[in-house]
Amino acid sequence: MPTLENTTQEVLTLAEKHFNLAPGSLSPDDDFFKKLGIDSLQTLELLSRLESHFQIELPDYEVQGVSDFKTLAERIQSRL
Amino acid sequence: MLDLAKHSSIGAALEEAVQVFAKETCLIEADREREKERLSYAEFGKRALPLARALAEGGFAGGDRASIIMTNQSKWLISAYAIFYSGGVLVPLDYKLTPAEHWQLLEHSGAKVLITEYPIWRQLSASPARASAGGVQTVLVSEAPANADLSGAQRWEAFRNENAAPVLVSREREDLACIVYSSGTGGRPKGCMMTHENYLEQCVALTSLYPFWPGLRYLSILPTNHAIDFMVGFFGPFTCGACVVHLRTLRPEFVREAFTKYKITYVSLVPLVLKNLQKGLQARFDELPPGKRRIFRSLVAVNRLSTKAHPRLWLSRRLLKQVHAAFGGELQAIIVGGAFTEPETLQFFYDLGIPVANGYGLTEAGTAITVNDLRPFRPDTVGKPLPGMEVKIVDPAPDGVGEVWVRSKTVMSGYLNDPELTAETIVDGWLRTGDLGRFDRQGHLHLSGRKKNMIVTEEGKNIYPEDIESVFESLPVKEFCVFAANYVWPKRSMVGEQLILAIRLESNQAFDDELRQDVSRRNSRLLNYKRIHGIVVCGEDFPRTASLKIKRNDLAARLAQLDREQAILPL
Repeated sequence: MPTLENTTQEVLTLAEKHFNLAPGSLSPDDDFFKKLGIDSLQTLELLSRLESHFQIELPDYEVQGVSDFKTLAERIQSRL
Repeated sequence: MLDLAKHSSIGAALEEAVQVFAKETCLIEADREREKERLSYAEFGKRALPLARALAEGGFAGGDRASIIMTNQSKWLISAYAIFYSGGVLVPLDYKLTPAEHWQLLEHSGAKVLITEYPIWRQLSASPARASAGGVQTVLVSEAPANADLSGAQRWEAFRNENAAPVLVSREREDLACIVYSSGTGGRPKGCMMTHENYLEQCVALTSLYPFWPGLRYLSILPTNHAIDFMVGFFGPFTCGACVVHLRTLRPEFVREAFTKYKITYVSLVPLVLKNLQKGLQARFDELPPGKRRIFRSLVAVNRLSTKAHPRLWLSRRLLKQVHAAFGGELQAIIVGGAFTEPETLQFFYDLGIPVANGYGLTEAGTAITVNDLRPFRPDTVGKPLPGMEVKIVDPAPDGVGEVWVRSKTVMSGYLNDPELTAETIVDGWLRTGDLGRFDRQGHLHLSGRKKNMIVTEEGKNIYPEDIESVFESLPVKEFCVFAANYVWPKRSMVGEQLILAIRLESNQAFDDELRQDVSRRNSRLLNYKRIHGIVVCGEDFPRTASLKIKRNDLAARLAQLDREQAILPL
């Protein structure tokens, strides 16, 4: 199983690709709503992409209130 | 529909619904493609009453306050019924707020009981702000894993005693039913005190135009704490024996599937989602081969002509079969609310034979004030006043535009713990909406801007400048103040509203890049829809009261002397 650090890095890389950002422009503590200026619908799109990458199911209510990549990665890690 | 005139409370009306519609399906809950729950009215009652009994045994009495912080799901409505059955006052809070904001409003509302979900409780219980809300004595948490640390909470699911038979705690019509926060998480909380009468009257008025019936299926997407979903996604359908469908995910692919799977009759959306839906549909229409596109456009034109006087759903469903099939084939209307919807979006859907019931409302007025009755469809207005609503235009300008005032049995009794704001807002029984509008000859209301210092986003979020000012605290300037640009420079528009930051520099200070970047950095800490769009540098000190509070109205009047386009400096 990948470590939390690996998962976090994968989440960041995927988010950067999804939003067409330069590699390394996001960090684990970034608030993705604030940093990316995205709305809730765009966040759902990102979640769908993360789900298909990690092949897990991440319920909306499980990530409710999560706004930083680190916590998001933790929630993903617990389901791997 | 139940005869609501004979009931004095929401709890009593729901109790009758549980008996009268016992065998009808009232709730369906689905998580992605899996249906998790399907409850009849009788089963709904059996789930709620043990909870009501547990509340009563825990010392919860008539008039006590209980808050629900949950995503849209069956347990939200079951919990709400239990609270009303116990004679309690419901405090529905937006699950999207931060833990600190939740605790602030829990404390402000005086809630003794909190009912929430485990993922939310996990954050609430870990928040340092918990210490500031000592009034919450009981916490019930749903869906907690078996080994979860509940931090003093109890499991919602523990209350399943089938034999529980508590007695309905009666309430009077004028008693408080809900405290609904219309805004003010960062500044002055605006807790609208809504009575049982407010809801009973609103329900009768709304269902007279948009009726519900047993077998009807309403898809609940807007948060249930929102006044619209509470009425049309809970109380309204329940008083008519209809069914509410909850989805545990709002991913577009599963929402689309729900329309066809559950043959949805009504859905409520905010303008932002409706516009996204429009974009998606338009993109699909544009992909049609030229020949098919021409045929499609002709069918849309025929439909538009045929439905000019009023909707003809049977005809629209035949003409534009595939479009309607994608929505399940039984959609009667999309209810849109929370913010102003642009006429072209309304027209787009109406031309497809999908009426969009737009209207105008405020939490303070008890959900809706005006609603489009679709006879005929008028995308340029927000409809006519609902039955029982008195609406007048105060101090109209020569073009008829003035402030919209409302008087009705649905208007709140006031703001919780804020008699001063209540007195400013309700004058001789009339609710001053702070919105500007005019009536046309057909009696339709046209909205044309705001008199109040706030904006409403397309997501239906009310943003008050006071709520975001804390992010600019300690900004190295002499003083600052946030305004809605349209409040300073009145503009006849309900869309594209923006916030600006007014600053007064120190005597030896210049507005430079460093300061601009500082403002930008602070601004980026705000959620995207709360951000300011520009800066206005003032040439004089701000006018202040004796207690040194900024006189916002005077400052706005001063700023209004400046040319809007030149005065607002970009970030």
